[in-house]
Amino acid sequence: MHELSIAQSIIEIVNEHVPTGDGASVKTVRLTVGEMAGVVVDSLEFCFGAITQGTPLGGARLEITSVPLRARCATCGKESKIEPTLFVCPHCEGSELTLTGGRELQINEIELYDAEART
Amino acid sequence: MSVVTIERKVLEKNDEIARQNRELFTSRGVFVCNVVSSPGAGKTSILERALEHLAGRLKVAVIEGDVQTDLDAQRVARYHVPAVQIVTAGGCHLEANLVRDALASLDLSEISLLIIENVGNLVCPSNYDLGEELKIVVASTTEGDDKPLKYPAMFRSASVLIINKIDLLPYVPCDMAKLRANALQINPSLQVFETSCTTGSGIPAFCDWLIARSSKLAVR
Repeated sequence: MHELSIAQSIIEIVNEHVPTGDGASVKTVRLTVGEMAGVVVDSLEFCFGAITQGTPLGGARLEITSVPLRARCATCGKESKIEPTLFVCPHCEGSELTLTGGRELQINEIELYDAEART
Repeated sequence: MSVVTIERKVLEKNDEIARQNRELFTSRGVFVCNVVSSPGAGKTSILERALEHLAGRLKVAVIEGDVQTDLDAQRVARYHVPAVQIVTAGGCHLEANLVRDALASLDLSEISLLIIENVGNLVCPSNYDLGEELKIVVASTTEGDDKPLKYPAMFRSASVLIINKIDLLPYVPCDMAKLRANALQINPSLQVFETSCTTGSGIPAFCDWLIARSSKLAVR
C-alpha cells in the first residue's frame, strides 16, 4: 500500500505548479503509469481522493494513461511488447532484454478550472 | 480551460536523495545491498548467519527497516555490528530519506559492507531506490515456487536471489527447479544462492560473494 505515499508525492509536485491567488484550482491531473510501475490504479485514485478532500485539490480527478511493458532484444534488435511474467522476445525468443517502457510513473500535466467557470 | 505542463517523475525527490546516498557510498567505498522479501522469508535469519560467518573477515553495518519494533536491530546487534533500526510506523517500504537519516548514526569510513533490510513486502520496495548497489531478493521454499511470477517487478529489479529454507524441501510442495526457472524467466541475469539458516548450508558461498563484491569497491 505505497499508493498513499505516491499520492502524497503527486500532491507535492502538483502544488508547486498551481498558480496561487487567482482562484484557479485543479480539475484534472494527467499521469503516465507503466504496467510494471507497481502501482494499483484503483488504490491510487482512492488515496488521492481521500487526502485531497477539503484541500484546494479536492475533487480533482486523476487521468491515467497506462503504458505496456516493452523491451528491446539484444539478439534480434527488435523492440516489442512483452509479457510481465515472461521476459522473452516474441520474435526470436532471446532473453537479453532491455526495458524501454512499462516502469513509468510520471505527472504529465494538470488542467485548471478558469476562475470564472467555478463561480 | 488552461493546461500546465509538468512532466516530472512522481518519485523524483526520492530518486534524487537515492542518488546522493549512492554518491556517498561510492566515495566511501561501501558496498550496499538492499534485501527484500515477503514477511517471514528469512531476511534477518540469513543476516544473522552471515554476520556470524563474516565476523573478523569483513566490517559490516546493518540498517533494519520494520513497520514496528526494534526487535530485528536487537537480533543483529548481538553480532557486534553497528545496527540502526528504522521504524516506518505503518509505512510498507523504506524510502531514500529514511536511509539518509539512518546514516547519521553510522561511520561509513569504518565499514566495507552495508546491508539494508527492507520492510517485508514484495511490491512497494521495488519502486523506491535507496541508493544501493544492488537488490537481493529472498524467496523461501515454504512460499511455493510461483513467487517470481506473482511479483515480477521485484524479481526483475533484483540482482541476486536467495532461495531460503531449503532444509524444508522434503516437507513442502515446492519444486526447486521450477522456482529457479520461474525466477530466471523473469530475470536471466539473477545470481542464485540456496540457503538454510537451520543447517547453515549455502551461507559460506553467499558470504564469499559478499566479501568479493565488497573488496572490489574498497577505497584504497
